[in-house]
Amino acid sequence: MDIQWNILAEYAPFFLKGTLLTIGLSLAGIALGTVLGLFIGLGKMLKNRFLSLPFGIYITFFRGTPMLVQIMLIHFAVVPLFTGETNAVAAAILTLSLNSAAYIAEIFRAGIQSIDKGQMEASRSLGMTHVQAMRYVILPQAFKRMIPPLGNEFIVLIKESSLASLVAAPELMYWGRAMQGQYFRVWEPYITAALIYLVLTLSLSFVLSRLERRLATE
Amino acid sequence: MIEVKSLKKSFGTNMVLKDISVTVKPQEVVVVIGPSGSGKSTFLRCINLLETITDGHVYIEGTDITDKKTDINKVRTEVGMVFQQFNLFPHKKVIENIMLAPMKVRNISAGQARKKGLELLRKVGLEEKAEAYPDSLSGGQKQRVAIARALAMEPKIMLFDEPTSALDPEMVGEVLEVMKQLAKEGMTMIVVTHEMGFAKEVGDRVIFMDEGLIVEENTPNELFDHPKELRTKAFLSKVL
Ligand SMILES: Nc1ncnc2c1ncn2[C@@H]1O[C@H](COP(=O)(O)OP(=O)(O)OP(=O)(O)O)[C@@H](O)[C@H]1O
Ligand SMILES: [Mg+2]
Repeated sequence: MDIQWNILAEYAPFFLKGTLLTIGLSLAGIALGTVLGLFIGLGKMLKNRFLSLPFGIYITFFRGTPMLVQIMLIHFAVVPLFTGETNAVAAAILTLSLNSAAYIAEIFRAGIQSIDKGQMEASRSLGMTHVQAMRYVILPQAFKRMIPPLGNEFIVLIKESSLASLVAAPELMYWGRAMQGQYFRVWEPYITAALIYLVLTLSLSFVLSRLERRLATE
Repeated sequence: MIEVKSLKKSFGTNMVLKDISVTVKPQEVVVVIGPSGSGKSTFLRCINLLETITDGHVYIEGTDITDKKTDINKVRTEVGMVFQQFNLFPHKKVIENIMLAPMKVRNISAGQARKKGLELLRKVGLEEKAEAYPDSLSGGQKQRVAIARALAMEPKIMLFDEPTSALDPEMVGEVLEVMKQLAKEGMTMIVVTHEMGFAKEVGDRVIFMDEGLIVEENTPNELFDHPKELRTKAFLSKVL
């Protein structure tokens, strides 16, 4: 295994561009997935079974089918249905958001339900409304407990954004595959991609563990 | 002050309160006793609508709280509740626990709420714990903070659900002392407790409940020393 540094140097700008897109896809997925996840988590917690059913089905579908299938469906069928043409970046962001929302909804629900019932009762007995109790008592406590599983989900999301290469969104893994195709080399592109993914996921874990420690001492 | 008329409560098909009628006068201290599962907690929780009422009426100062038009949040500010498990807010300091509801529900300024909170902490003997977190307190201290927190809303009635049952024996006294003080100041109270000493000293009336019914009701001395009903006798012989 002799590394060909010259082709790596040639591909460096592409890897850089790809990395930026990977970061962009991940951030968009995290942001949209979190907002959507909170909404779906709340929907799943509705007391009325008929109202909560669609949210349950959503979660079951996205957690129970492979993300590769989801991205193919969204890229080749869903996006063209609405816009008339395919768009790899849009499909990737949509898939990452919709998929992570299902997991985040469950994290959110579990976080809220892990808070002792007595907290809500004490708040209500003091005259607070349901919304006030949620805002000042339940959510601040639930949020702290949600950080570790949310962090895991964000890391998974960064890694799964590599599936976008299969619909030709020019992110990190796409350029890795392009390099293999052009030079018939496997070690250089994939070791490079692996190392870059590692840097991204480790940076995120570092930020999250700092945040967790900050909140723990508060 | 409080008038409970033919109160009934079911969980599904399980009827927990079968027909409860009680009147509590201002400044009265009513002690509720009874075996586990007899419905004591459910009774208290119906009075501030932590449980929905299946049938019957509860009037608090003339307001029917079972009426859909009644603003239940308003009613709850008049009725303080102290729980067996304290239910302090662990993410907030002691003083913040006390300040939260007055600030959010009554829109009182932080400065005023803090002043009031410190006053209440002094009253329960915990002024020096204002900046501590609940986790660092003993059970007895937690329960005293919980009482101060409920008092911060200036309720007219206080409900206590076995406030000393989760405490180590050596901490029961300090909590009962605070409650006795409250009773002497004229607070209207309904207290579920098996502390007979407390019942005799400050209770005006004792209610014995069993299987969702009031079996017997009398002054503490009469009920404890000369119970009329067989079920009361059997229960007292077990707990005394
Ligand atoms: N949320 C609920 N859902 C269903 N059943 C309930 C619920 N809460 C209470 N019960 C039932 O109601 C009955 C009375 O309960 P309650 O807690 O009022 O009794 P208690 O007299 O306070 O007992 P303890 O001395 O053990 O606290 C019990 O049989 C209990 O199982
Ligand atoms: Mg009880």
